Amino acid sequence: METVTLTVKQVPDLYLECENVNPDAFAGKTAEQIAKMGAYQGKEISTLGEFFTIAGNAGATAADTKIVINGDCTKMKYIGAKMTAGEVVVNSACDMYTGSWMKGGKLTVNGDVHSFCALAMAGGEFTINGNAGNYLGAAYRGDWRGMSGGVLRVKGNAGSDVASFMTGGTMIIDGDVDIHLGTHMEGGKIILKGNANRRVGGQLVKGEIYVFGKINVMMPGYKPSGEVDLEVDGTKATFIDYTGDLGERHPKRKGATVYGHLFMKK
Amino acid sequence: MSEYIIKNGHVFDPVQGIKGDKKDIAVKDGKIVEKVSSSAKVIDAKDKTVMAGALEVHAHVAGPKVNAGRWYRPEDKHFDSHKKPGITRIEGGKSIPTVFKTGYEYARMGFTFAMEAAMPPLYARHVHEEIHDTPIIDEAALPVLGNNWFIMEYLKNNEVENTAAYISWLMRQTKGYGVKVVNPGGTEAWAWGLNCLTIHDPVPYFDITPAEIMTGLMTANEYLGLPHSMHVHQNDLGNPGNYKTTIETLQLAEGVKPKNTFGREQVMHSTHLQFHSYKGTNWGDFESAAKEVMDYVNKQKNITIDTGNVTLDETTTMTADGPFEHHLHGLNHLKWFNVDVELETAAGVVPYIYDPNISVCAKQWCIGLEIALMAKDPMRCFITTDHPNAGPFTRYPRVYSWLMSKKVRDERLNTFKNADKVIGATYLANIDREITLYELAQMTRAGPAKCLGLMKDYGGLKAGMNADIAIYDINPDKFPSDGPAIEKAFGNAAYLFKDGRICVEGGKVVDMGQKKTFWVDAKVPENKQVMHDVREKFLRYYSVNENNYPVPESYAPHQHIITVDATKA
Repeated sequence: METVTLTVKQVPDLYLECENVNPDAFAGKTAEQIAKMGAYQGKEISTLGEFFTIAGNAGATAADTKIVINGDCTKMKYIGAKMTAGEVVVNSACDMYTGSWMKGGKLTVNGDVHSFCALAMAGGEFTINGNAGNYLGAAYRGDWRGMSGGVLRVKGNAGSDVASFMTGGTMIIDGDVDIHLGTHMEGGKIILKGNANRRVGGQLVKGEIYVFGKINVMMPGYKPSGEVDLEVDGTKATFIDYTGDLGERHPKRKGATVYGHLFMKK
Repeated sequence: MSEYIIKNGHVFDPVQGIKGDKKDIAVKDGKIVEKVSSSAKVIDAKDKTVMAGALEVHAHVAGPKVNAGRWYRPEDKHFDSHKKPGITRIEGGKSIPTVFKTGYEYARMGFTFAMEAAMPPLYARHVHEEIHDTPIIDEAALPVLGNNWFIMEYLKNNEVENTAAYISWLMRQTKGYGVKVVNPGGTEAWAWGLNCLTIHDPVPYFDITPAEIMTGLMTANEYLGLPHSMHVHQNDLGNPGNYKTTIETLQLAEGVKPKNTFGREQVMHSTHLQFHSYKGTNWGDFESAAKEVMDYVNKQKNITIDTGNVTLDETTTMTADGPFEHHLHGLNHLKWFNVDVELETAAGVVPYIYDPNISVCAKQWCIGLEIALMAKDPMRCFITTDHPNAGPFTRYPRVYSWLMSKKVRDERLNTFKNADKVIGATYLANIDREITLYELAQMTRAGPAKCLGLMKDYGGLKAGMNADIAIYDINPDKFPSDGPAIEKAFGNAAYLFKDGRICVEGGKVVDMGQKKTFWVDAKVPENKQVMHDVREKFLRYYSVNENNYPVPESYAPHQHIITVDATKA
């Protein structure tokens, strides 16, 4: 695997749209060619070379390409977005859309990410070694297709509206979340190690939410249906199984209605 | 104004019957002329195809429901909305593009006119604001009348003159172009939680049937002698088994004679026929009825149709057929927008994904193509996608590639997930016809121009007509054999002249032209009854004052008014 190292040499005045900073776009290119790739700042297009010092050539394919980014990326959007393979490591905090629509490969952010990251993520591994903002792993504004695959880990806290419209994949949050976790969920698994504020699993149709901590205010559409012993992300514990959201339409399979589950650790 | 001479191009012009012969086209002062001076700028069209600018006969491109689609679907414009180099503004949106993108994309494809297919009269100002902001192409809008209280009350009593006087008043208030009918009676019935699924279902309270509404509006349209005919979106759209209602509706035109001074020969334009040509009793046994419907269309000369081709994209459906959108929302559970427009109409919006892996969508795709391919008279069958209902208008080049190349469409047909099932339920696999460039010029230029009453200036390349000219990178002697090449050529006009100005060059917009808004001013004898009724309805029912209803001149500063005189009718 070849490594391309990007070092921020100029922090953009506005925000830099790094739609080209991912292994798929870099694949097969030399450092010089990468420097010439476009990046929008507002309506003006400039090049990656204006904002980054670029060292190392990319591999022949995305899978053979690793990108390491150093320096202040707090004003960089779309890093690793739409990537399908390879690896990206960002040693900074990042702005919006980081890892959004990613389909494969490995993305690590050693810092915080802003809102709208991992939107509609469909595959791969995305690790955030910091906090995440709102709409993490959710659907894009207006869209009804949220995170559908892959594994997303957050070491810190996340904001509100996390995992809205999630349909698949696994999301693990070590810290706490604000309101609206897993709204409109239709599949997938959320593991919350910390606490949630309010409205967890509102309008949830299918899928599973595991909460290790407390929920500030529980949704009224959930009904306790017994206790289960489970091993969740390496932790063995007893959980109370709630079914819901009973206020929502639910599909039927083999004559039986399919409900979502909210597991609260005892 | 500058002079141009387009040399050595292969010209396709149904108006003059030119079928690909090499002919020079001269342009002066915005018109096509016999000859120009030696100082005229030469455009080399060697190995290229030259046609008149294309006309869109039916698309939803301006107004409140289009805008509802834009604001409630931010996800439609998230990607690909960067500023492109050149004079264009940011272009956003795929199925519901911004007004700017709408103008640019039509121009890039060689279009110079578009008809907004459904203008709610109460919100006509919004329609005209958007039309005014759409660059390059000329536009007009059809006010929707098929569920209008005035119309239903007059026609209930067979008051054709009052109906005509009201239409005339309304077109002047809204700067409208013609008579549009959407699910006649059904949209109003929906206010009672009902629908009109056949043309004989009575509208609640008004006690009139869709058949009576359509017959009455056709008669009033010809009484006024409007440039366009009644333009109908039929009852029972999009349901298996609806083809019988479709043919019954078309039969309403039998015996009705066109009366106008514009050369128009039809009395009914039936739009997006694909959605109305379904056999079967449910989505499981759903089949094409394109043959049954087109057999009728081919023999009944006083009707025109457009196709409504499904393009197999994710799109946004929007129509004044309120009950249909509610029904669709029940099928796909995606977000539903709805509005009731007081005494006039309603509208609904629902996103829809025409997924090629779903056999119903694939069959709809077949039916749209079959309608065009079974049309014996290309001057009466026009290509549309009912933008954005069956797909975005930006897919026309792809639709052309399916119609013009059996190879391209068979590749698509045979690779459907349920290809056998789709082929078994449709006629497409056995159709060998390939639409020629000349037929395409009939279906997209001369035909729609005639149907809209614009054949004096549009749709041809005869001296005296508007210098609206599209030049494509297509050598008719070496017509491209692969789909992408056909698409590229039709999607990126080598040149587009609009009123004698080069607006597109090499697929890039280089001039914003000077678009015009067309509307029809129909003069009728003074009618005190209708004016009394208007006053009364505004006092009793409308949420706006009568004086706040008309579209002011400032909303259409570049208007082109077509006048008709029905005072001596």
